[in-house]
Amino acid sequence: MSNENTPLLEMKNISKDFFGNQVLTDINLSLQEGEVIGLVGENGAGKSTLMRILFGADMIRETGGYGGEIRLNGEPVNFSSPFDAIAAGIGMVHQEFSLIPGFTTKENILLNREPKKGNIASVLFGDRLDIVNRPAMDDQAKKAIEMMGVEIDRNMIISDMPVGHKQFTEIARELSKENLKLLILDEPTAVLTEREAEALLESIRGMSRRGIAVIFITHRLQEILAVCNRVVVMRDGFVVHESPAQDTNVPEITRWMVGREVKTVAASDGQTKDKEGETILKVEKLWVDMPGEIVRNVNLEVKEGEIFGIGGLAGQGKLGIPNGIMGLYQAGGRVTFEGKEIPLNSPRKCLDASFAFVSEDRRGVGLLLDESLEWNVAFPAMQIQNRFLKPALGGLIRFRDEKAIQEITQKYIDELAIKCTSSRQKARELSGGNQQKVCLAKAFALSPRLLFVSEPTRGIDVGAKALVLEALKQFNRENHVTIVIVSSELEELRTSCDRIAIVSGGKVAGILPASSSVEEFGTLMLSQVR
Amino acid sequence: MSKNSTVRKRGSLAAFLRHSSVPIMFIIICAICIPLSGLSPSYLVNEIVTRMGRNSFLIISLLIPIMAGMGLNFGMTLGAMAGEIGLILVSDWQIIGIPGMVLAMILSIPFSILLGLFCGKMLNKARGREMIASYIMSFFINGVYQLVVLYLMGSVIPIKHSSIKLPRGYGIRNTVSLLSMRQKLDNLIPLTIKGVKIPVATFLVVLVLCLFIVWFRRTKLGQDMRAVGQDMEVARDSGINVDRTRIISIVISTILAGFGMVIYLQNMGNIATYSSHSQIGMFCIATLLVGGASVDKASIGNVFLGVILFHLMFIVAPRAGAAITGDSMIGEYFRVFVSYAVITLALIMYETNKRKTKILEGERLKLEQMEEEAK
Repeated sequence: MSNENTPLLEMKNISKDFFGNQVLTDINLSLQEGEVIGLVGENGAGKSTLMRILFGADMIRETGGYGGEIRLNGEPVNFSSPFDAIAAGIGMVHQEFSLIPGFTTKENILLNREPKKGNIASVLFGDRLDIVNRPAMDDQAKKAIEMMGVEIDRNMIISDMPVGHKQFTEIARELSKENLKLLILDEPTAVLTEREAEALLESIRGMSRRGIAVIFITHRLQEILAVCNRVVVMRDGFVVHESPAQDTNVPEITRWMVGREVKTVAASDGQTKDKEGETILKVEKLWVDMPGEIVRNVNLEVKEGEIFGIGGLAGQGKLGIPNGIMGLYQAGGRVTFEGKEIPLNSPRKCLDASFAFVSEDRRGVGLLLDESLEWNVAFPAMQIQNRFLKPALGGLIRFRDEKAIQEITQKYIDELAIKCTSSRQKARELSGGNQQKVCLAKAFALSPRLLFVSEPTRGIDVGAKALVLEALKQFNRENHVTIVIVSSELEELRTSCDRIAIVSGGKVAGILPASSSVEEFGTLMLSQVR
Repeated sequence: MSKNSTVRKRGSLAAFLRHSSVPIMFIIICAICIPLSGLSPSYLVNEIVTRMGRNSFLIISLLIPIMAGMGLNFGMTLGAMAGEIGLILVSDWQIIGIPGMVLAMILSIPFSILLGLFCGKMLNKARGREMIASYIMSFFINGVYQLVVLYLMGSVIPIKHSSIKLPRGYGIRNTVSLLSMRQKLDNLIPLTIKGVKIPVATFLVVLVLCLFIVWFRRTKLGQDMRAVGQDMEVARDSGINVDRTRIISIVISTILAGFGMVIYLQNMGNIATYSSHSQIGMFCIATLLVGGASVDKASIGNVFLGVILFHLMFIVAPRAGAAITGDSMIGEYFRVFVSYAVITLALIMYETNKRKTKILEGERLKLEQMEEEAK
C-alpha cells in the first residue's frame, strides 16, 4: 500500500497572474483518496481560478498558464484541456448548468458518451452512424443516479425540471464516468432547497465512502462543517487558513474569510456623521428577473445626498437591483423617486427622471466601443436632455455643438485623469480602468440626481480603483448627488458609503452603517444564501 | 418530444392553438375556397397525390438542418442546382428512363457535397443568421450555376446534342425536355384507385427516405445534431465537434435536395434551366411552415400536412379567385404572396414565442413573491 502516503492530488506552490495582476500566490493543497475538503472564500478570493487551473481550462492557458506543479497519484500532470482532466479522472460541476434543455435526464447524463450499437452503415461511414443504444443508456443512467443516492426522473426533459434536479443531473453525469477519482463541486447547493441540499450532502458522504475525493466549494458554512474532513479558507489569492472541520466553527471561518483582522474599521474617511436627509428613493416589493442575479421582494429607502452601498456575494441578486430599477431586465414592484412613482421596465422613463446608471457590463452596455471619447461622454446627454445641440433654421434642425462636446470631454479627461491620446480616441483602445472612468464621465455629464454605479472597480488596477472611488465621493459631495454603489468588494463599500445593504438570497438581509464590524457584514452575507 | 413540450405549457389548448395557428388558418382558407372553386373531389385528390409525390422528397431534405439548429435553410437550393446539372448531362448523353434518373442522382452527389461543404463552412461563420445567409448565398451560387450552364457547357464541358444547346454553339437552352424520363418513376408501378393515379414507386422512394430520417435520428450523429441544435456551447463542452456536425447536416441536406430535384423534374417533364431552382427553396420552406413546423422544430408529419394544405390552396385559389373576380391570374399572385406571408409570419411567431417564455419567467417570480407574502 504505497499510495497510503502518496496523496491523490497535490498542488504545489501554485501561482497565477492575469497580466501582472496576481490572483493566486503560492497555493499548496493536497487531497487523499475519499477525502472531502471544503474550499471557502469571498468572491474574487481565487477559488474559481484555482479550480480552473486544476481542470485545465482554456482560459488559463490563453492568459499565460500558471506557476507551480500539480501531481496526481504522485505523477506530475499538465492538462492541456478539460478533456485531459476528465480522462485523468477529474470531474467538475460548474455553477452554470451545462445541460441540453430539450434532452431527457438520461440523454444529458450520457451526453456524447452514449452507449452505441454498430451496424453496416457505421462500418462503412464511421462510428458516428452507430445507433444510440437506448436500453443500455437507460441502465447506465439508472446506475449513476442510484450511485448518487438522490432520486430524479431519468426520462424527464431538462427544461421541465426544477432547478435542483438539474444540478443533480450534472452530478450524476460526473458519477457516470467510471474512472472518476476527484469531483469538484462549485457551489452546488446554491440552487437547492434545504432538503435537496441535505440529500446532496448525504450523496457526498457516499462518494467519499467509495473512494472519490471531493472538493466542495460553497458559501453555506454549516454544510462544510457537516460534510468535510478539512476546511481550506482562501482570501485575496492566498490560503489563509486550513484546519480539520471538527476543530473550527462558523464564526471562525467567517472571520478568516472576510479577514483583515489587523486593520481597524475604516469608515467613510472617518466622517461617520449620519446624514439625516429626506428619503429620495423608495423601493417596495421589487422583483427582478435577471438571470443569475434574481431579486425577490426587496424594500429599500435611500436618503438624499448619501452614498448607499449594496453588497453581497455573487449571484445573490445585488446586481439585479440597479438593473431592474433602470429597466434593463424585467421587473415588478414599486419605485418612488421624490414622491413620484417611476414606471418599471422603461429605461427612458428612468433617465428622464434624471437617474443615471454605470453598468457593470462596461463593454456591452456602458460604452460605444468604436466611437470617440467625445461621443461616449456626450451621447446620452445629447439623446436624453438635448444638450450639446445648436438649433439651426429657427429650430427646425439641430446640429451637434462640437465645441461644447469637446470642452466637456476634455474637462472630464483632466478631472478623472483618463489616459488617452486625445478626446477623439476610440473607447475600445483604452485600458479597463480608463474605460471605467469614461463610463463615469458619461454618467456625470448627464448631471443626474441619482446615480447607480454597479461594480465600479471590477477588473481595474489598484491605482485606478482609488481614483474612481474618490471621483464618486467628490461628485457626491460637490453636486449633492445621491449615489448607490453596488459592489462585491465589501472593503470598498465600507470606505466609500454611509450605509450598506447586504443582499443575500435575492433579499435585503440587513442594512448596516459602514462602521459596523466585518463579522456583522459577513454573517449577513451568508444568512439567506440560496 | 413535441408531445411533452405541449403538455408542459399551461392552458395547453391555448398554446396548441397559438402553435398551430398557421395550419388552422390554411384549413379555413381551403374550406372556404373548395366550394367556391367548384372542382370535383376526385380531381382534387388526384392533384394532391401527384404533388405529394413531386414535392415531398425535396421538403424532407430540409429536416436535418432544422434538427441541427440551422433553421430554415436555403442551402437546399444549392442541392437543387446540382440535381439539375446531373439531369442536363444525362439528357445530353441520351440515357433515358429510370437508369437516366439514377445516373443523374449519382452525378449530382459530388456537386452537392462540394456546394454543401462550402455552404456549411460559410454558415458556421454566420451563426445565428443562417437563414438570411443561406438565402443570399443561394443567389450567389445561382450566378456560378449560370456561368457553368450558360458559358462553360458546350465550350469547356462537351455538350453534343443541339436540341439542348443554344444556337450560338455553347450554353444550354431555356428549356431542356425530359420527355424520355417524364413520369417514368411515377408510372413504374401503375396503380389507379377509383380514378386516382397513384405514383407508387415515387411514394416508395419517399417512404425509404422517411425511414432513413427516422433511422438517422437514432444514430449517434443524429443525437449529436440534436444536441448541437439546442445548445452549441454545451455540446462543445461535452466534446462534440460542433462545426463539423453542422457542416455534415448541410451536406446531407444538399445531397437529398439534389435527389429530390431529380424526382421533382421527372414529374414535371422538363427543366426550366434558369428558373426551376430559383423559387424552390422558398416554396419548400413555406410548405413546411404551413404544415406546422417552426424555425427550430419540424417533423415528417409537418411535411405531408404542409403539402396537402399548401397545394390544396394552390389548386383551389385560382378557381375561387376567378369565380369571385373573374380574373384567373389572381391565383398565381396569391401563391407567391401567401408563400412570403407564411414565412414572415413563422419568423415573427418564433421570436414572439421566445419573448413570451421570458415574460412567463418573470410572472412566475412575481407569483412566488405574492405567495410568500400571503404566508
